[in-house]
Amino acid sequence: MSLNYRSLGWRLVLICIVTVVFQVAAVSQIRILGVNADLVPLVAASVGLIVGSLPGAIFGFAIGMLLDFALVETVGVASLILLAIGYAAGRLRELRDPQGAIVPLLVGAAATAAAQIGFSLLTFLLGQTVPLGWSLLWELLGTVALNAVIAIPVYLVIRRSLLAALPEDPRRRRRRAYTTGGLSPLSRS
Amino acid sequence: MYDRTIRRRRLTLAALLACSLLLLTVFFGESNGGALHNVQRGVFSVFAPIQEGASTVLKPARDLFGWFGDTIDAKDRLSELESSNEKLRARAIAGSEALRVNAQLQGLLNLDNAGGLAAAKPVTARVIGRSPTVWYRTVTINQGSNDGIKTGNPVISSDGLVGQISTVSGQASIVTLISDGELAVPARVSAGGAQGVAQTGAGGAGDLRLKFIARRYRVEPGAAVVTAGTLSTTPGLESLYPPGIPIGAVTKVIDPGTDAQKIYLRPYADLQKLEIVQVLTAPINGNRR
Repeated sequence: MSLNYRSLGWRLVLICIVTVVFQVAAVSQIRILGVNADLVPLVAASVGLIVGSLPGAIFGFAIGMLLDFALVETVGVASLILLAIGYAAGRLRELRDPQGAIVPLLVGAAATAAAQIGFSLLTFLLGQTVPLGWSLLWELLGTVALNAVIAIPVYLVIRRSLLAALPEDPRRRRRRAYTTGGLSPLSRS
Repeated sequence: MYDRTIRRRRLTLAALLACSLLLLTVFFGESNGGALHNVQRGVFSVFAPIQEGASTVLKPARDLFGWFGDTIDAKDRLSELESSNEKLRARAIAGSEALRVNAQLQGLLNLDNAGGLAAAKPVTARVIGRSPTVWYRTVTINQGSNDGIKTGNPVISSDGLVGQISTVSGQASIVTLISDGELAVPARVSAGGAQGVAQTGAGGAGDLRLKFIARRYRVEPGAAVVTAGTLSTTPGLESLYPPGIPIGAVTKVIDPGTDAQKIYLRPYADLQKLEIVQVLTAPINGNRR
């Protein structure tokens, strides 16, 4: 019934590496209508939503760190933003436990917007040149829209990857009981 | 028990936050040869071959998605493409990929011959990675110090100047694009010879500004801007860029003929769709004209 920490840890490490490699080597190079998707905030938010705030924050920190090291960028920027995203998504689950099918979509869009705004603020605060303009605004909004489109599939893939290491979800257990006839009130009558 | 869980969560979060801020401060404060920079270069060296392998493996998927993207962008070609059957479509994808790469290589060869850049020992490289955010304007290429590439080497595509090498490992390098605010390129307007500095500026993610042009020069929209090369006669102040490499075309001029004139450029190289580039590894005559 409890978390299988070792199995969960290995799965999260694997997801972290695969996401960064896939993002840098493929997704960043595919442009649709002038923008490209950013899997990293989606994956960080999905992990937070599925596993909780603390693992979400740790995962966000780790994937941000790997991204900064792999891209030779300013170390600490991505980890700071992504740890906040992982933690916030986890807290949302712990406090509200939202059930709707479009929750991953909304959370994914919010996570992407937060990542984009966070990057721009930190870039500005670190004194780097930020070329503001309409095309940039279009690029930010386009990335949020594109990420919203792929948020649900990404969430489902992450959920499926982690499912075996998670304690059984009461809702899932209830659904299965009904389908097998075990606990259905109809079967008892 | 519940209090302990909350305490543990808050403690871990505070530790992660502190760790991020500490890393940020140390990284920003230390020199290029600092410990954290060295660790980063080490991780990059390990990561680069994995990235190159993944890039090669994922190329068909990329091409497929790229094909979808191009199809959306080019709506007028949609009906023609829809009429082709699956086999022909697959062949067309493979064929167009080969043609595009061939055209880029041919363009690079033409640029080398026309600009006399063959003597600059150009090293041809493939783009294997790209930073995911619009704030970081870098790409990763699959050639490094083992191929003679050094930090500061200029990078060109078949259309013109792309940027310069900012980080090098054995098998891969990071190219900082000309759209990054950190780069400034000595530039010259082909018609008239006005000299200034091309740098990114407000207006758009890919736009450049031509700065420090004297007011006696009138620059017209459409004029071609190329690298100026080394202007100073003082040894040790050579430009990193050979003269005559196309940078971009002037798109508009605000307040022309004044000290406050603003000249906007659109780079010739499509920085969003780089695939094949060349790194110029040796200066020619100190990059003087």
